[in-house]
Amino acid sequence: MNSRTTTFFKLAVMAGVLAFPVFGSDFYAEMIAKVMILAIFAMSLDLLVGFTGLVSFGHAAYFGIAAYAVALLTPKYDPANLWLALPASVLAAAVAAFVIGLFVLRTKGIYFIMVTLAFAQMAYYVFHDTPVGGGSDGIYLNFKPDAAIAGWAPFDLNEPLHLYYFVVAAMLFAYGLLKLVLRSPFGRVLVGIRSNEHRMLSLGYATFRYKLAAFTLAGGLAGLAGFLYAVLFGFVTPEYLSWHKSGDVLLMVILGGMGNLAGAIAGAVALVGLQEIFTSVTKHWQLLMGLTIVAAVLFMPGGLTATPARIMARINGGKSNV
Amino acid sequence: MSEVLLSSEGMTRRFGGLTANQNVDIQLERGVLHALLGPNGAGKSTCINMLSGDLPPSEGTIRYKGEDITGLTAYQRSRIGIGRSYQRTNIFPKFTVLENCRLAAQSRRPRPWSLFTDALRMPEAVERARAAINEAGLSGRENRVAGTMSHGEQRQLEIAMVLATDAEVLLLDEPLAGMGSEESAQMVTLLNRLKATRAILLVEHDMDAVFAVADRITVMVNGQVLESGSPEQIRNSPDVQAAYLGHEAEHE
Repeated sequence: MNSRTTTFFKLAVMAGVLAFPVFGSDFYAEMIAKVMILAIFAMSLDLLVGFTGLVSFGHAAYFGIAAYAVALLTPKYDPANLWLALPASVLAAAVAAFVIGLFVLRTKGIYFIMVTLAFAQMAYYVFHDTPVGGGSDGIYLNFKPDAAIAGWAPFDLNEPLHLYYFVVAAMLFAYGLLKLVLRSPFGRVLVGIRSNEHRMLSLGYATFRYKLAAFTLAGGLAGLAGFLYAVLFGFVTPEYLSWHKSGDVLLMVILGGMGNLAGAIAGAVALVGLQEIFTSVTKHWQLLMGLTIVAAVLFMPGGLTATPARIMARINGGKSNV
Repeated sequence: MSEVLLSSEGMTRRFGGLTANQNVDIQLERGVLHALLGPNGAGKSTCINMLSGDLPPSEGTIRYKGEDITGLTAYQRSRIGIGRSYQRTNIFPKFTVLENCRLAAQSRRPRPWSLFTDALRMPEAVERARAAINEAGLSGRENRVAGTMSHGEQRQLEIAMVLATDAEVLLLDEPLAGMGSEESAQMVTLLNRLKATRAILLVEHDMDAVFAVADRITVMVNGQVLESGSPEQIRNSPDVQAAYLGHEAEHE
């Protein structure tokens, strides 16, 4: 696909997403909101996996920490203020990522994968085995945060339509922020680190600091996703930090195509979509899911976003360059 | 006597029981191309790795412009003006030539960590990159994807990247390795041009090239400096002949 077709395609999808709640059912509107939240989560991981070359297998920790943060910040009989709870939750996730990053970024390759997983499991057990967040049962978010600023509320998250558009705005924010970061000098350094970290060192880059900054930013954005997820569904459980969740988001990134923000979004759509289809077909849906993922990895190297170009190349008789 | 930029005193490196470098003293002066010769396993790579900061020495002192820099890491040394190239081509193969050099130049420009400005709209780094590309003889190739160029051009690019970091000391690990004679000749011309304003250490196997281009040669054997002097001195040294150059002569 050339860039004009791609842009047109993106705009068409965006228009569909914006118009959907007006015509579509509430059930599917909630599902689209869920997909968009997971897309934020996947994009944040793609910053690490696809652009910096850091395969984190514990990214759910930051998602879950922010989700718990909003649940714990919400008083029992009152809503929390959105403009305090949102930044505080994102900050909690980013601080956790910064501190964990200080340790895990000293390792490389398979060790990095294992250590990120280990820290995420620690965070999981903190919420699972202590009464902080209601233990293994989790905790209900009785009130969605209140968007009022000095008594005036620009919108109300209890209105499904308002919440939906708030999620759309959050996804556009995350996408725009990452786009901006990736074309900046900082983003170029990250891509350089992915390609050849040793060379970046010898060119004078203190690569550890750049990786730590990327890890923190990715943690904060995962926190944004976790916050929205908790608000959308109204409860938080330790499962939000589990390694299944870390694995799911990694699958979204791989399925959509690493190193491509649109790919992370496509991956979130695909994974949730497949889950939905397979669960309606059989209760052994995970078997179908597993087979599909194996097939996708084998037959669609480069993920969903690379596939149109591969098909075009096949049609034109040339060899695919992906 | 010209200005000494980088020097080592008593530089030693042990790997367990093996002493890879023992008491290596080496001086790199501005305007001088200093070649480091020696058979395989003589410790040339260990030596260049210690000078560049890729490997900490077990003992000894490394100085840059008179200051002790033994404790500085590779990226810190790069920032003060010590640049290196690698034996195996070490570029960013999927980036264009310009982006390879721009990334190198960016590390020296203000705000290399800037989050929200467009990297391509920071003219200082782009200009510095273009200048380095021209100096290394790659003009016109700016938009080629680095990995698709010939081996010789990739070696040139590697040097262009070092130049883009404003390095005053160039530590070049076998820049002629695997090159054809024409490419070699081009590289030798380039090295001659570059040394005018910089200090160069050249680790090289290609004897003809070394004698053609070096102002000073240090010969290493078994981790120690055997002899150091002008090409003429080295050529006529009986020790060097016996240890390194002499094998063929003995069989004649």
